[in-house]
This record gives sequence, structure tokens and C-alpha cells, in this order.
Amino acid sequence: MQAVCPGGSGELIAAGLVIGLTNGALIALIAIGYTLVYGIIELINFSHGDLFMLGTFVALTVLAVLGFDQATSPTPWLALVVALVAAMLFCGILNVLAERIAYRRLRNAPRLAPLISAIGVSFIYINLGLFWRGPSPITFPDLLPNFDFVKAITGAETLIRFNARDAFVIGMAVPLMLALAWVIKNTKMGKAMRAVAQDREAALQMGVDVDRVISFTFLLGGLLAGAAALMHGLYNGNTVFTLGFTAGLKAFTAAVLGGIGNVTGAALGGVLLGLLGAMTVTCYGGEWENVGVFSLLVLILVFRPTGLLGEQTPERA
Amino acid sequence: MLIALALVASACAGGGLPGGGGGGTIKIVSSLPMTGASLAQTQTIVNAIKMAFEEANYKVGNFTIEFEALDDATPARQNWDTAKEAENARKAVDDQRVVAYIGTYNSGAAAVSIPILCQANLAMISPANTYPGLTKKGAPGTEPSEPDKYYPGGCKRNYSRVVPADDLQGAVGARWMKELGVTGGVYILHDNELYGKGLADVFRAEAQKQGLKESGYEGAPKADNFRTLANKVAASGADWVYYSGLTANNGGFLLRDLKAAKASLKFMSVDGVAETEFLNQAGASAEGQYITFGGIPASAYTGAPKAWADKYKAKYGGTPEVYTIYGYESAKVVLAALQKAGAKANDRATVRDAIMGTKDFEGVLGQKWSFNAEGDTTITTMAGMIIKNKDFTFSKELK
Repeated sequence: MQAVCPGGSGELIAAGLVIGLTNGALIALIAIGYTLVYGIIELINFSHGDLFMLGTFVALTVLAVLGFDQATSPTPWLALVVALVAAMLFCGILNVLAERIAYRRLRNAPRLAPLISAIGVSFIYINLGLFWRGPSPITFPDLLPNFDFVKAITGAETLIRFNARDAFVIGMAVPLMLALAWVIKNTKMGKAMRAVAQDREAALQMGVDVDRVISFTFLLGGLLAGAAALMHGLYNGNTVFTLGFTAGLKAFTAAVLGGIGNVTGAALGGVLLGLLGAMTVTCYGGEWENVGVFSLLVLILVFRPTGLLGEQTPERA
Repeated sequence: MLIALALVASACAGGGLPGGGGGGTIKIVSSLPMTGASLAQTQTIVNAIKMAFEEANYKVGNFTIEFEALDDATPARQNWDTAKEAENARKAVDDQRVVAYIGTYNSGAAAVSIPILCQANLAMISPANTYPGLTKKGAPGTEPSEPDKYYPGGCKRNYSRVVPADDLQGAVGARWMKELGVTGGVYILHDNELYGKGLADVFRAEAQKQGLKESGYEGAPKADNFRTLANKVAASGADWVYYSGLTANNGGFLLRDLKAAKASLKFMSVDGVAETEFLNQAGASAEGQYITFGGIPASAYTGAPKAWADKYKAKYGGTPEVYTIYGYESAKVVLAALQKAGAKANDRATVRDAIMGTKDFEGVLGQKWSFNAEGDTTITTMAGMIIKNKDFTFSKELK
């Protein structure tokens, strides 16, 4: 153990795994937004991280309007639900609008055009955020109960903590991902999504309303980003208008790691990234976190260019 | 015809140099991070600089002073940026009217602009840089090539600072911590920047000398949360954390996560977090924590600093932040140097020599001080502060 992980003991590693899992679940939710869109129109939607950032601002604003801009106890669950729904709807609808305005007309243009367009949308979002809440980091109110499940169950004081924050993130991320998987697998719209992803022309000929399916995909990605936004705010307690850049980079990495275009892969990639980050900090120190994460990415892409769960798809022009 | 030409020529000359006799406009710029978490602090510094110039009616001798506050931060970084700082320095060099450069806030930024300004004979005076390597040779935590590499080609020293350097701060921090009592050990964290790591190294060296047990030494660069690192600190058995870093690198959130991992941890940090934004980030966990700072906080001012702070409050509303008074003092030093330069106040080299030669200066710091040959202040007073009721309260003078 000491040879592989000089900084960690068993307890620390276990504690790191829990934290990594929670961090990873958050990354996974954002990563799914990248991968859904890529899967269906092969566009790397660079604005997705910044959409998530705007979501944190919406959640924060809704909470403030409802009067919960300071740490409150007991937890105002109803307000959280309202903020969650607001952030999800906002991100979902904004994502659909962005597709309608900035990407749809470029769908048959050379691939670089929508990519640049997405970068443009990203800048618009960043500046919107800057204009809206200013340049300084903003503290999120501390609203979740301070309750540690591990301590409550075992009664022991350990470093391994699974507290209400972790439960909140995992307890929301997992059902959301399962619901998404169900939608894709079992609904008519999900079937249409898979059809469009496989072959847009053929789907069109079979009577699938391709525009609607693509709008729906952007809606799904946006909804998940909105949910992740509230979760990030309550879990990390902070947001800033540049949040989308770092979060987006990590999520995009996760999507590539898992195999871009593959939803399960994105979830897996997110969790893996979270775990690996936490393990690198535990074993080798905070300054090595990104080194560890990106070394793994390079290694995986060298040996499996399509990512962990990605399939070999013929390159389409 | 000839007469007409002569008239035009003289009109031009008159327009270029109003007042004549060595008069004209000279310009002073500041370069501070005006975007991001440091803004709350830097805005007050700019206010204080303006206050000093306003009191002089933007005039010195026959010259009119023009002041411009440059921003060395970018929205993308939320913090000072190498390229932006270099751009500011070059802009100042290119504008022939500029005779003094007040800045920077961050030591890493100073390392960028000192060489550029030095080669143009342009004086630079910092209200906040504390990294020893900028001026001192062989101080703990510095590189052997420092400080010479900041003054390329042996250009004449142009850089001074009105705050004491970190070779003092780190050392007094370690001694103060020993006095407060270390039982388990101290875990040293830094933010991986020139300033933060340099200070951590100074602290580490003195802590070893003082026989403090070291539980760990690690970089903690900016992150959304520091929970894993906090667990590691908690598991190490340390009862103290020494953090040298910046609010802009989420130092306040680090404290929050540390206290969540181990409530009994005591936390000592440095002037880089001595700003209101840090208290917002850390929330309740900031109460009772320790901060070292090269000077005295506004709440503990007496005499001249107190009178100045009252004037500042009356003019701008809020309380000055910890570095605000040094912004004012820097501007005052520049004004005094321009006065001394007299008719040559528009000559960069003369102004530089006048600033570097500041002796027995009596500003608003409440004591007379001078710059030594390296541009460091002779003041060595350090303050130990404790955070109480969401404010930095003066605890004791540190030596």
C-alpha cells in the first residue's frame, strides 16, 4: 500500500473514495450533457459548462427571492425543490434556444462552423454571468442539514464521512441518470433519439421529426446541467462566473474518457475522474491532482482512442 | 509669411507645454488586480491613492499629475495574469509621460513587471508585495538567481515596497505559533504561487529552528472544494494548519473544509487572505483563527493612522482594508519624490533615484521610516490578528 500510495492509510483512502464518488457524480451529470449532444449531432457543445454556471446563478437567485440567502436550519426543502425546478427548466430551455438559434442552421455546414458557434455561445454565457453577478466568487447559502450517516450508524468518530451533502448529491444524481437511461431505452422519443444518432437520413425517411428529437436532446442535457448546478452550489458552497470553464473541461474530459457519445460511458468517466482526483490528492498531494487525472486520460486514449465504452464509428464528414 | 510661421510654431510649443518653465503633465499609473476576489481590497487601495493626489490637487511644482488605475487581472483567471501585467508595464514604458508605477498587489506579478520597468528607468513602488526574493539575496525560500534576475543587465534598482517582506512574516508566524502552543504538529499548506510557496518555505525553516513538529507540507492549488486534503490534514494528527496563499485561490473555502474535517484544528494564515472576502468564504469557521500581517489593521490604528482612516471613512464610506493605508503611503512617497525632483519631475531616472532614496519619511504609518539600498522599508513591525465577530482584530505586535 505504502509503495503505491505513500500519503494514504486505509481510512484515508476510504474517506477519499466517498468524496471522489460525490465529486464524480457531479462531473458525470454535466458530462452526460456533452455526450448526449455529441452522440446525436456530433457537436462538442462548448457552451455546456457555462450553461451549468448560469444554472448555479438561477438557483442562487431563486433561493434569495424565497428568502434563503443565508444559512438556514432546518433545511427549507420546498425552496430547494423550487430552486431545482427553476434551474433545470432555465438550463433546459436555454439549451433548446441555443440549438434553435445558433446550431440548427449550421447543422449541414462543415463541422468547424457549429463548433465555433458553440464557442461563441459559451462566451455569451460567460459575459452574461459576469454582467449578472459580477466578477467575484459568490458564496452559496449553507442549507443542507449537518448530519453524518456513518457516525449515526456506526457511532464511531472516523474520517469517513457520508453526510447529508453527499447523500443529496448521490441521491439526486443516481435517480436522474437512471431516469435518463429509461427515457432513452423505453420511450418513443428515446427510440427516435437512438435512431437519429445512428443515421439521421434514414430516421428522417422513416418519419422521425429530426428537429424535434434534437431539440429534445438539448432539453435533456440542459435539465441535467440545471440539476447539477443546484447540487454544486449546495455541495461546494460557491460559484463564480468562470465556473463553467473548469467544470466544463472536467466534464468534457469525463465524456471523452468514457467514450464520447455513450451515456453510460460519460457517467462512468465522471465517477472515475472524481475518484482518481481524490486518490491523487490523498496519495501524492494537492498539487498533483490534475497531473494524475490527465495522465490517465492520455494513457486511456493512447490504448483505447474511442474511450472506455466508446465504439468504433466510421468518421462522417 | 515668415512671421506667420513663427507664430504657428510658438503656438504649438505653447500648447505642448502649458505653463512653460519645466511644467506639463506627468502621469502615474497603478497596476492592481481589479477583477476577482481581490477587488474589495484593491478598490480601496486605488481610492487611497486618488485621495493622496486629490489632497495635492493633482499638482506638484509646475506639473499636473494624471493618474490611471490599470487592472492586471483577467476575467478568465479571476486573478492577476502574467500577460496582462506585462502589457500594463509595457504600456507604462511606452507612455513617455509616466514617471512612476504603483503596484503590484501580487508578488508574482511584480516579478513580471520589475525587469520591464527597470530597463526603462521607471520607478515602481508596491503597496503590498511581500515575497523576499524580489529584493533580497539569499533569504529563505528564494532562488540563488534572485533578485538579480529581476534587474537584467545590471539595470539600476527601481523597485521599492512600503510593506515588510515575508522573511519577517513567515518567521514571526512560526514564533507566534510556538508561543500559542503546538501539541500535535503543524501542517503547512500553500497555494503553489511564488508568494504562497515562498512564504511557506520561510515559515517551514523557522518552524524547524523553533522545534515545531511538522505534520505535512503540501500544495493546495485552487479547487472547488478541499475535502480530500482536509481529511489528510485531520488524519495527520496536526493541531495547527499554516496556510500561505490567497483569497482568490479559495483560501477561505479551504479553511471551511478543514474545520469540517476536524473542528479542533487551529489555523494560521497570512496577509494574502487578510481581506473581507476571505471571511465571506470561510463563514463561521473563520472565528478565532490567526492571521499575520505586515502592519496594523485599521481597527487598531491610533494617532496618525487613525486620523487618516477617519478621513478615508468620511470620504469613501467603508472601513479601509488592511493594505489601503499602504496605497496612500505609496502615493505620498511618489509625491514627495516628485517634489524633490523639482523641475526634473518629468525625468524618469531622477524620480526613480528620489523614490529609492526616501529617507526618514513621515507619512501616515505613525512612524518614520526609510528605504534601504534594496528598496525595502526599515519598518519591521508585524501584527498578529485574531478573527473575531467577522473582523480582523489586532491581537499583538510580533517580532
